[in-house]
Amino acid sequence: MALAPLQVDVWRGREDGGFQRFEVPRQPSQTVLDVVTYIQRHLDTALSYRFACRVGMCGSCAMMVNGRPRWTCRTHVDKVSEGGLVQLAPLANFPVVKDLVADMREFFDKWARAGGQFVPGATRQDAFAVVDPASAKRREADAGIECIGCGVCYAACDVVAWKPDYLGPAALNRAWTLENDVRDQGGSGRRAAVASDAGCHACHTLMSCTEHCPKHLSPTRAIAGLKRATWRIALGDEE
Amino acid sequence: MTRLEARLWLAQRATALVLAVCVMVHLATILYAVRSGLSAEAILGRTRGQWGWAIFYGAFVLAASVHGAIGLRTIAREWLGWRHGSGVAATLLCVALALLGWRAVAAVVMS
Amino acid sequence: MNGTRNHPAYWAFLVHRLSGLALALFLPAHFWLLGSALQGAASLEANLAWTHQPMVIAAEWGLITLLAAHLAGGLRLLALELLPWRDWQKTLAAWAAGFALLAGLAFAFAR
Repeated sequence: MALAPLQVDVWRGREDGGFQRFEVPRQPSQTVLDVVTYIQRHLDTALSYRFACRVGMCGSCAMMVNGRPRWTCRTHVDKVSEGGLVQLAPLANFPVVKDLVADMREFFDKWARAGGQFVPGATRQDAFAVVDPASAKRREADAGIECIGCGVCYAACDVVAWKPDYLGPAALNRAWTLENDVRDQGGSGRRAAVASDAGCHACHTLMSCTEHCPKHLSPTRAIAGLKRATWRIALGDEE
Repeated sequence: MTRLEARLWLAQRATALVLAVCVMVHLATILYAVRSGLSAEAILGRTRGQWGWAIFYGAFVLAASVHGAIGLRTIAREWLGWRHGSGVAATLLCVALALLGWRAVAAVVMS
Repeated sequence: MNGTRNHPAYWAFLVHRLSGLALALFLPAHFWLLGSALQGAASLEANLAWTHQPMVIAAEWGLITLLAAHLAGGLRLLALELLPWRDWQKTLAAWAAGFALLAGLAFAFAR
């Protein structure tokens, strides 16, 4: 029995663009990435969108599907189709480059501003660092280390929408993994960075980040940790 | 002020801890008062000259004024888009609430 | 962006923020009315008479429930932020809601 074709509203243009409707034939086990690819190949070659691995490893295909940020390669049409209609838009809270492509620069700038880089201390002359994987700190770091910077949490976060300079869940999650890395030497600078006016204290524990993360990470957990790690800074102790 | 958001966050949590105690006492008091009467004489009969209650409610008013003002500031900034002026407005509100509240405490203890 | 808001932690945030807003708006009226005792018990009694209307009594019940909800939600937040992380926050939200309802019911029955 043939399935009725899917109606797809796709965002075209930049912030001031609009939705354009396409009709796409249904296939069994069809993903939203399949749908976007079909549109670009057969209906409108001018459609811009991102993908890379198409198997749920790189996070490049993230976009808003019926109002929720998801990886299109891991989203089956069956699961999201609302009466045979799917709406696709670029990730929320990001500037739009074109169509379904979001500008990731500010997202990664915030990553850097939050101290999201490992600061080494040892040299090749030193012995290997010994980090017990079962230690509390390493388990805490491991809980957030799998982040691939896809931006879904940032798109889901209402605080990012309400407070544009907020560093955001991904950047803060990365900062927390480094805070728990016993080899890292950048602790005081990083803590000062995440306790800035754009930092972790803006989080209202909405948990939309945790709810939507495709890797099932919990930035809320990381941000709660950062709040505990930086409360002395609030009292003026700049370390 | 440097670290303003971090300090406001800390003040909000500190007053929250104070308020948690105060509110639980207040809820219990309300349940008691509702049974024993809510007329002016009934209320004032319980509070008149009670300096213990004066200190308790005095602290309660201060904590609530600070906590409420910080909360309203956040709402103004996030939902009303007030970037400038939210701090001044919140400070004024905090002072006004505290004064009004302490006036009420004085009223029921010293009437 | 309604699609991202359909989960318990978000509802808990909304209840906490809106109940706080309602309480902050209510407080000045509460303080003002109690402060009228400064003009004597008769003055307070006159103002209290206004509160005997059914609508006001219903509103009082609503406010007590909002206070209990804000307290419960606040304790949940303090636990989430100050205690080491545990993955039962959703259960915490349910406990908070339950407590608020209990407090509201207790007040309704005490009346």
